[in-house]
Amino acid sequence: MTDAAQSSDVLVAYDGTPLKQQLAKTTRRMKFRALLLTMPLVLFIIVSFVLPIGDMLFRSLHNPTGSNVAPNFAEAIQKWDGEDYPSDDIIKIFVEDLATARKNREVGKTVGNLATRVNYEIPGSRSLFTKTARRAGKITEGPYLDALIKIDKKWENKNVWVTLKRVTRDYTLSFYLAATDRKYDENESIVRADELYRIYLPILWKTIWLSALITFLCFIIAYPVAYLLSTLPLRTSNLLMILVLLPFWTSLLVRTSAWIAMLQKEGILNNVFVYLGFIGDEHRIQMIYNATGTVISMVHILLPFMILPLYSVMKTIPPSYMRAAKSMGASNFLAFRRVYFPQTIPGIAAGVLLVFILAIGYYITPALVGGNDGLLISNLIANHIQRTLNWSLGAALGTILLVVVLVLYWIYNKLVGVDNLKFG
Amino acid sequence: MPISQRIKTPGFYALLAATVLFLMFTRSIGGTFGFFLLFGIPLFCMTPLPPYASQGEKIWQYAYLATCTIIFLFLILPILIIIPLSFNAEPYFSFTEGMMRLDPEAYSFRWYADIFRFGMTAPDAVEGWWTDMWNNATWIRAFRNSFFLAIASTALATFLGTLAALGLSRPEMPYRSAITSLLISPMIVPLVITATGMFFFYGGTMQGVIPGYPDGLAKTYLGLVLAHTTLGVPFVIITVTATLSGFDRSLIRASQSMGANGFTTFFKVIMPLILPGMISGALFAFITSLDEVVAVIFMADVDQRTIPRQMFSGLREQISPTILAVATILVLMSIMLLTTVELLRRRSEKLRGLSPG
Repeated sequence: MTDAAQSSDVLVAYDGTPLKQQLAKTTRRMKFRALLLTMPLVLFIIVSFVLPIGDMLFRSLHNPTGSNVAPNFAEAIQKWDGEDYPSDDIIKIFVEDLATARKNREVGKTVGNLATRVNYEIPGSRSLFTKTARRAGKITEGPYLDALIKIDKKWENKNVWVTLKRVTRDYTLSFYLAATDRKYDENESIVRADELYRIYLPILWKTIWLSALITFLCFIIAYPVAYLLSTLPLRTSNLLMILVLLPFWTSLLVRTSAWIAMLQKEGILNNVFVYLGFIGDEHRIQMIYNATGTVISMVHILLPFMILPLYSVMKTIPPSYMRAAKSMGASNFLAFRRVYFPQTIPGIAAGVLLVFILAIGYYITPALVGGNDGLLISNLIANHIQRTLNWSLGAALGTILLVVVLVLYWIYNKLVGVDNLKFG
Repeated sequence: MPISQRIKTPGFYALLAATVLFLMFTRSIGGTFGFFLLFGIPLFCMTPLPPYASQGEKIWQYAYLATCTIIFLFLILPILIIIPLSFNAEPYFSFTEGMMRLDPEAYSFRWYADIFRFGMTAPDAVEGWWTDMWNNATWIRAFRNSFFLAIASTALATFLGTLAALGLSRPEMPYRSAITSLLISPMIVPLVITATGMFFFYGGTMQGVIPGYPDGLAKTYLGLVLAHTTLGVPFVIITVTATLSGFDRSLIRASQSMGANGFTTFFKVIMPLILPGMISGALFAFITSLDEVVAVIFMADVDQRTIPRQMFSGLREQISPTILAVATILVLMSIMLLTTVELLRRRSEKLRGLSPG
């Protein structure tokens, strides 16, 4: 065998490198170019969206209030093994830190901050700290524990010290425990919260249940309409499609205010009922500012998200299949159940998942028409961020909701694929 | 089928009988008329069934069409009903008796005037009325904020989104599904979570990071534009990618074979073909920003309130029909946007030869 025969085995490009290598190089360059086009947006989304959400995750675990207010004590108490009481040296540092913090006016470093933080763990303990801090400066000599107990009997309670040790650690799981209605007891083991304080899990279940109900109602309502749209001639269906798309394009706030006008006690629906004599003037139905209001308006708002995927799947099903089934003796119902319905399942999956994902995180509509009874988990999160300012708890609740949504999004991606998301 | 024949059907007689019963039961002429129309429309729309169709099938089809009519009414009626309500002369969210009698006295433009007057220092002054209105009227300020945010974030989202969609639709794109999922996720993640994260990150963590913004980006227009761009990007990606999926890539090679460089190819070949998709995507991003309220609630200052933010607090605090007047304007605007998008979609389909016309 000669050299010439060998080199003819390996195809070479114009510059003498093997063609395979050249192809790999070109492919790599093309991949890089495609990636480069998406990079500006990817970087933008990372900065404007991923990092903020990461920040939220971080804050749900990280709460430095304790070590901000009482830095020396935070370090000292970690040496305590939890037996008996902390040594008098540690308590001395605590008293000194309290006295310093009382003079501090910087946001996040006042006694009030620490008191609030401990109050999350032991409800009703706020005054203990403010009261003690007021007198801490006057304690000059030990034994410090006794001096504290003289100020307030509660310092005898070992749980206060155990809690202090816990809240002065910067990283904590206690907000996740609080978000799932659990807490630490005196022995640092996790127990369920007192009956009175169990509020978050019930709201989470209620959110899931209401979202499921809304999704189901959307499905029931959307299916016949999508079927009608998919079977009508194109010109008519395009016209009727506008009736579906107009709500989709109309502002959420407009639709919510429309439902307030429709459903309130002196509203249009009640007026119509009274006018027609279905109900007496004094028996007007309360349809808003409760769960009913939330469900009705959210079904209306989310309906297009169910109709559109169903429609796009139904449009691809040839009508001849149903005729074939019937010609072979199937009844209308059997032909529908065995031939038509199974073919619409991809559309159902897409619509159901999308509506459920959107419903579970809804905030505006429940906040406006939900009253107390129709509130969802998002409203609690917003409440903690804006009103009670328990940011870590809000972040923990948000993280739990985020995990639920991301799992659903992952399923959606597997079943439907984000590429198939379309509007109109 | 001619109308005279459509009327002489058993179904029509049944409807007449039901209407008479309804009239006797409720004793209201208007209600009966509504009843007749509501159930008459599906009857009128019934397509002639094949002659072998049984009576049961006919009833079934009628019931089905009646259900669909009711659902369409459910979809559209709440939106249309606010238009007449916004002309109410009384400060109620409900039709007054005068309005039902079509008494011209019961209708007025006062809530539309209120859009301009509310918040002005001297609404009845003649001198300086315009500047006062432009600077102080609460709703006018909200309109200005909304449009500024929407235009700025739409421009940014359309630019970045189109660029990314061009990359994503290339066949050689690596990690396509992972990157697409990432870029779509702002649409999927609940707004409260996004807004909470932005509130923490822009307001707290970013303090002192960006020169000129010592307090971070909360309560600044820049922060709001970033937030709204993030929320608008998924819509641009979805719409432009959908347009590009039908794009004939050999056109690019043809253009390159004739010596065009990347820019010429993009502006002369690709862009004219995907322009309808780009505009649709931009309109989606625009309406998303115009409608967005959660991020504004969490991050904006009082001066930066947008239209939906103002409506939100209006609905919570003092319900006034001014909200309905604003809502009517917004509905008219969405009708215009929807028409534009529909026309563009048809044009795009025609360009790609997908549609019969």
